[in-house]
Amino acid sequence: MLRFILKRLLSLGLSLIAASVVIFFAIEIIPGDPARLMLGINATQDAVDALRSQMGLDQGLLPRYWLWVSGLVQGDFGISYTYRVPVAEMVQGRVWVSLPLALYALGLSTLIAFPIGILAASRRGTWADWLVMGGTQLGIAIPNFWFAMLAVSLLAIKYRLFSAGGFPGWEDPFLAIKALTMPAFVLALPQASILARVMRSALLDTLSEDFMRTARAKGRTVRGALVHHALRNAMIPVLTILGLQFSFLLAGAIIIEKIFFLPGLGSMIFTAITQRDLIVVESVVMLLVFAVIIVTFIVDITYALVDPRLRRRP
Amino acid sequence: MTLLEINALTLRIGAAEILHDVSLAVEAGRITAVIGESGSGKSMTAYCVNQLLPRGAVAGGQVVFDGQDMLVLDEPALCQIRGRDIGMVFQEPLSALNPVQTIGAQVAETVLIHRAAKKPEAMRIARETLNRVGLPEGEFPLNRYPHELSGGQRQRVVIAMAIALRPKLLIADEPTTALDVTTQAQIMALLKRLVVEDGMGLLLISHDLGVVAGVADHIVIMQTGRVVEQGATADIFKHMQHPYTKALFKASSHVPERAARPADTPILEVRDLIRDYTLPRTSLLGAAPKFRAVSGVSFTLSKGESLGLVGESGCGKSTLTRAILGLEAIQGGSISINGVAVTAGHAVPRALRRNMQVVFQDPYGSFNPRHKVSRLVAEPFHLLDDPPKGAARQAAITHALEAVGMQAADSDKYIHEFSGGQRQRIAIARALIIKPELIILDEAVSALDVSIRAQILDLLAELQSRLGLSYLFISHDLGVVRAITDRVLVMKAGQIVENGKTEDIFNNPTHPYTQALLAAAPKLEEMIK
Repeated sequence: MLRFILKRLLSLGLSLIAASVVIFFAIEIIPGDPARLMLGINATQDAVDALRSQMGLDQGLLPRYWLWVSGLVQGDFGISYTYRVPVAEMVQGRVWVSLPLALYALGLSTLIAFPIGILAASRRGTWADWLVMGGTQLGIAIPNFWFAMLAVSLLAIKYRLFSAGGFPGWEDPFLAIKALTMPAFVLALPQASILARVMRSALLDTLSEDFMRTARAKGRTVRGALVHHALRNAMIPVLTILGLQFSFLLAGAIIIEKIFFLPGLGSMIFTAITQRDLIVVESVVMLLVFAVIIVTFIVDITYALVDPRLRRRP
Repeated sequence: MTLLEINALTLRIGAAEILHDVSLAVEAGRITAVIGESGSGKSMTAYCVNQLLPRGAVAGGQVVFDGQDMLVLDEPALCQIRGRDIGMVFQEPLSALNPVQTIGAQVAETVLIHRAAKKPEAMRIARETLNRVGLPEGEFPLNRYPHELSGGQRQRVVIAMAIALRPKLLIADEPTTALDVTTQAQIMALLKRLVVEDGMGLLLISHDLGVVAGVADHIVIMQTGRVVEQGATADIFKHMQHPYTKALFKASSHVPERAARPADTPILEVRDLIRDYTLPRTSLLGAAPKFRAVSGVSFTLSKGESLGLVGESGCGKSTLTRAILGLEAIQGGSISINGVAVTAGHAVPRALRRNMQVVFQDPYGSFNPRHKVSRLVAEPFHLLDDPPKGAARQAAITHALEAVGMQAADSDKYIHEFSGGQRQRIAIARALIIKPELIILDEAVSALDVSIRAQILDLLAELQSRLGLSYLFISHDLGVVRAITDRVLVMKAGQIVENGKTEDIFNNPTHPYTQALLAAAPKLEEMIK
C-alpha cells in the first residue's frame, strides 16, 4: 500500500510539471501585449517598453517560466497586470468563497444522492424507483441558473429566508454558511441527480453479482447483504463521479456566482480573461489544475482502500 | 433419518412451469446427487430448499427440512436457517466471494450473522474451518483476499463459509464444474470427507455423471423439470430403466465414428516455440521481468489428423493456440504451416492465416449479438484477397450452414435465437466458410451438455472425414480427447511433457504428471461395469 501511495505521489508530481509547462506556453501563444493593454493605445512606445522590462516581459521564455514556477512554489503568484496588486492576495479572498462553496455543494449532493440512489436500486421497478429516476432526469435537464432564479424569487424575495445574494465574509461563520446555502443547494441539485443515477446503476450491477447470493445463503437478510457486501463494491464508479464533480464545482460555478453576487474564483477568472490579465489567468488555472490533481490523487488512494485488487497495480 | 424430504415440488416463474412434481430425499451423513442437463431444473430444485429463488417464483408442494416445511416459513425464519442449518456451495468460485473482503472476514461472517460467537471467537472458528478445508494457517492467513487465491483454493473458502457452523445439510451446486480435473478430484474428496466427519447430508447438483458416480449414495436424474429416475447409485448404474437415463449415460461416454486416416504430410510444424510475457516492472530502472508461458514446444500435426492438447489451466495451452493463430507475437522458434515457416519477429501472413480457423469454448460470448448470422459466418472472408460477393457470398454462407446441420433461413436470424449447441454449430460454420485445412478447437465442446456434446463430436468427425480437415483439439476433458484424437500432447508449465498415440498414452502413461491427470479423471465406464 505504501508503495502504491509513493507511486501515485510520483505521478502527481510529474502531472504538475507537465501541466505548468502546457499552461505557461499556451498562454504565451495567445496574441496581445499586456503592457500595451495596460497603458492604453495612446501610450508611447518608450513607456510600453519600460513597463515590459519592469514586468519581465522582455526576457526569454525559459527564464520567465522559471521565474513564474519558482514564484508559485513560494506562494508568489506575481502582480496582476490590471490591478497592480499581488495575484496571491486576489486569489486568497476568492478561494475562501469558492472552496467552501464547492465542498458544501459536494456534501449536499452526496447527502441527497446516496440515500435516493440506494433506495431506487433496492426497490427497483417500484414507484420509489420511478420517482427517483424521473426526479433525477428533471434535475439533470433543468439548467441550474433557472433553479437559482426560482430559489431567489421564492426563498429570498417571497419568504425572506435567505438574502438574495452577496457574501458577508467569514467573520460570522453562521452568516457565511447561510449566504452559501442557496447557491450550494442549486449547484448540488444537478450533481446529486447524476450521482444518484450512478449510485443506482452501480448498485444494481453489484446486486446481481454471485457473491450477493452467497451472502444470502449465509443467512444475511436482503438489507444486510446490501449494507455489508454491495455498497463497498458499488463505490468505485461513484467515487469517480465525485472526483469529477468536485473539480467542476471549484471553478465551474461562474453563472451561479454571478446570480448570487459571490466573489468566487469563476467570476475572477472570467474578468481576468476579458482584461487580458494573463498572469492572473495563468496562476488561477494552475491553482485549479493543482486542485484537480490533488483530488484525483485522493480518489486514486480511496479506490485502493475500497478495492484491494487495485493496490497492486501502479 | 431423513433430513430433507421434497414432496411433489412444483415451481413456476411467471407463466413458465419450471418444476413438475419433484420428489427426492437426503439422509443425514449421505450424499444425494441430482443429475441433469441445462434447463432440467436441477439448480432450481436446490434453490427451493433454502428458498433463494428468483423474484416472482412461486413454489408448491412440500420441502420438509429437519421437520419444518421450508415453503411456509417466513423470511426472518429462513434467514436463521440459511447458513446455520443449511450451507451452500456454488459453481463459480471466482465470483462467489466478495472481492473486497478478506477470506477470514467472509468465513467469520457466517458465525457473526447467526450471533453464534463474538468477533475474536468467530475469527478463531474461521481459522479452524479454513484449516479443515485444506487452507493451512501458514500459507493462507485470514487477511488474504480472494484474488490472491487460485480457483480451487477459492472453492475451499466457499466450502469453509458453508460449513463454518457445521450445518445439517450442505447444498453444492456444480461445485467442481469450473475447476481442473485434479482440483475437481480434491474438492470432491473434501466434500465426501466433511459429510463423513460431520454427519451432514449433501445435496450435490451436477451435469456430470462421472463426477458424482464415485461419491453419491443416491442418484436422481432430472429432465425438463421432472425426476425421470432415481435410486441407489449402484442400482441406477446396473439397472437403468428410463430411456433418458440410458441416453445420458451413452452420451457421456460417446465415441464418434471416425473414418479419417491421417496422411504423412505435415500441415503444422511447431519447432522450439517460445512465448514470453512481460510482467510489470518491480523497480523503476531495472528491466521488466518476463514470464515464459510457452517454453521450447515442438510438435507436428499431419494432414487429416486430430491432435489433442491437454493440460490444466495456466499450463500455456491457450497461449500456444494464440501464437499458432498469429494473434500474438512469438519470441523464439518457428511455426510452419504447409511448409512455410514463421519465425520470431514476423507476423503470420494472411495467406497462411486463411489455412486455419478457430472455434472457441463459449458459444454465448464468441459472437457479436448485434450482427445477423450471415454476417457472423462470413467474417473470415476478410482473409481472402477476393472475397465472394452478392449471390456467391450468400451461396457460400448457405453451404457452410448446411454443412453443420443448420438451414439457409438461419442466416437472417440473430445469435440470441439459438441454443448453445446451435451456436457452436454456427461457430463451426464460421470456421469452415473459407475452407481451411486446419481447425483449432479450443475447449469447443466443454460448455455443452453431454447429449449436445455427443452431436457436435459426431459432426466434427463427419466433417473431418468428408473435408480432410486437421484438428488441434484443446481440452481439459480427457474423455473427450480420448474419443476424438489420434495423438495427444500433454502440457505442463509451458512444456510438452508427453507426446504419443492417444491409446498408448491413455493405457500406459509414462510421465508422472500424465499419470496424475488420468488418475484424477472420473471414469464412468468403469463405474458402469
